[in-house]
Amino acid sequence: MRAVKILERILATIPIVFGVAIVVFFFIRLTPGDPVDIMMGQGGAISEGEIERLRQEFHLDEPLHVQLWLFLRDAVRGDLGYSYVLKRPVTTLIAERLPATIELALGALILSLVIALPIGIVSAVRQNSSLDRLSMAGAFLGISMPAFWLGIILILLFSVRLKLLPVQGRLSFDANLQEMTGFFVLDSLLTGNRVALLSSLKHLILPSITLGAPVAAVIARVLRSSMLETLRSDYVTLARSKGAPEWSVVMKHALRNALIPTVTVVGLQVGILLGGNMIVETVFSWPGLGSMVVSAIFDRDFPLIQGSVMIYAFTFVMANLIVDVLYTYLNPKISL
Amino acid sequence: MRQLPDLEIAPGALSPLARQQYLWRIRLGLIQRNSSEFLRELRKHPLALLSGVVIVVYILAAILAEQITAHDPGRGNLRLRLDPPAWQAEGSWEYPLGTDAQGRDLLTRIIYGARVSLAVGLLSVGVSVVIGLVLGALAGYFRGRLDSLVSRFADLLLAFPFLIFAIGVMAFLGPGFTNLILALTFKGWVEFYRLVRGEMLSEKTQEYVEAARVTGQSHSAIIVQEILPNIINSVFVLATLRIGYMIIMEASLSFLGLGIPPRIPAWGSMVSAGRDYMLVAWWVSTFPGLAIVILVLAINLFGEGLRDILDPRLKVDG
Repeated sequence: MRAVKILERILATIPIVFGVAIVVFFFIRLTPGDPVDIMMGQGGAISEGEIERLRQEFHLDEPLHVQLWLFLRDAVRGDLGYSYVLKRPVTTLIAERLPATIELALGALILSLVIALPIGIVSAVRQNSSLDRLSMAGAFLGISMPAFWLGIILILLFSVRLKLLPVQGRLSFDANLQEMTGFFVLDSLLTGNRVALLSSLKHLILPSITLGAPVAAVIARVLRSSMLETLRSDYVTLARSKGAPEWSVVMKHALRNALIPTVTVVGLQVGILLGGNMIVETVFSWPGLGSMVVSAIFDRDFPLIQGSVMIYAFTFVMANLIVDVLYTYLNPKISL
Repeated sequence: MRQLPDLEIAPGALSPLARQQYLWRIRLGLIQRNSSEFLRELRKHPLALLSGVVIVVYILAAILAEQITAHDPGRGNLRLRLDPPAWQAEGSWEYPLGTDAQGRDLLTRIIYGARVSLAVGLLSVGVSVVIGLVLGALAGYFRGRLDSLVSRFADLLLAFPFLIFAIGVMAFLGPGFTNLILALTFKGWVEFYRLVRGEMLSEKTQEYVEAARVTGQSHSAIIVQEILPNIINSVFVLATLRIGYMIIMEASLSFLGLGIPPRIPAWGSMVSAGRDYMLVAWWVSTFPGLAIVILVLAINLFGEGLRDILDPRLKVDG
């Protein structure tokens, strides 16, 4: 039964995925002017024949629905077009940048969980204590702070003033890392390069905090409120009255059930991680997908922007799908 | 339950005009009572009250910018480039928060920047509320083809993370105030739509709606006069909380150079401009960002207070 439900949920994603592609297809048609002029950007001098060739290549001489069909067909084949600024296929460019972005997102997610889980639990157990108030104030600040400003303040504090952490990039120049997977932490572990490991971890800290702060804030708040709920429930009272030790009441009985709504929220935060990604990568000059898109915007490199926005949206849809499926395993009472 | 104060007893048969007058007297009485009760409740939420004051200060500063500050936000004095804030050794009270790289007074630009942030926040949420409310009410009340069509479209927009979508749209439309509002509302209405539609679906089955239908009221009267007053509080609370979010969105887009054109002072682009001088002038980026944090924090705290007062069902830790 569950397998059928999950399959249904997966099938329901397909029209969404196509819808996303269609919306992105119409993005470029929002721009006033001839797509060929736009795609060529300020490049200027190209001959009439070349324009005609481009027109054919992009199927701009075809009617709109044919263009849409060809666009979707290519996208399904993994062909997202060609960047005329960087002179390479969009898919290749994205694939090259993806490891850096994923590494940063994972860093942010891990960091926010490490911060938010203990805070959420302790705040609920010691409700209305000064610790609870302080952490909830911190959480409030976390959702009210623009990521770009937090990043700059962290740089001012830890890099400029205290000179503890690097300002930008992924690795210091002296770290001679032999790249294998593109995940620098993993690569330095695989090659046993201790200098590179330390350097890449150091470079990860500030961007991860910046990207993870709002996520940590939301997780801590949700975990706290669902912990408050479970701590008041009958089965917790029963466990207490049976004489179960307090830590087991909190960690086993209350926390396990409180984690169910928290997982959903963590899944939804993927949206924040993806959106914040462009900002944080720009602030820290992190060579990932986000900073590439931002420079593509200024180069008016539309195929690249189009392809990247599509990848972001797909990731988001997939993350939501995974969370929904995970949810059924955590809470068998709930069906999709 | 406090006892209901002296609302008049309903008169019998009346002329249509007298009936309307009677209804309006009751409505005004209720509004009066609700607002005085609201103010009484607000006093029990000191943080929300303080936040309300902060928001009013920002709004006044934005409106009265010309009167408050003597400096021109656009014209700088190149001899005074990157002057530090007043309390630092080389600072002067002429430029309390220091100057930027063009020698322009930072405080003046922050005050003028409040205009952009507040205008974008209020306008984008306002338009989103109107669209979401109308579509949500119609879809939730009548269901049918409109509902499935709009709901599908809303689901589709939800497949994009908000900032990514806004960046995508702005990348193609180009910077500018109107484009910004367009990009933000293009997705912003979805949340209001979902809220109103959901509430509509559940309110529709209530007895008072049934009763109104039996008395022969038209659909539009039932939606506007009977149901809307019951759900408008939730919409209002969500709208307040979304204003803070939209302000952060605007600032983020302006930071990337995709929001407001650089000649108009906006907090996001000011923070961005200050990045180049981070090593020598920390204040240029710090203060405009602080202005965002304080305003958004105030809006969020005020919104939470509003929620506790107006919509206790939604309270997080019951």
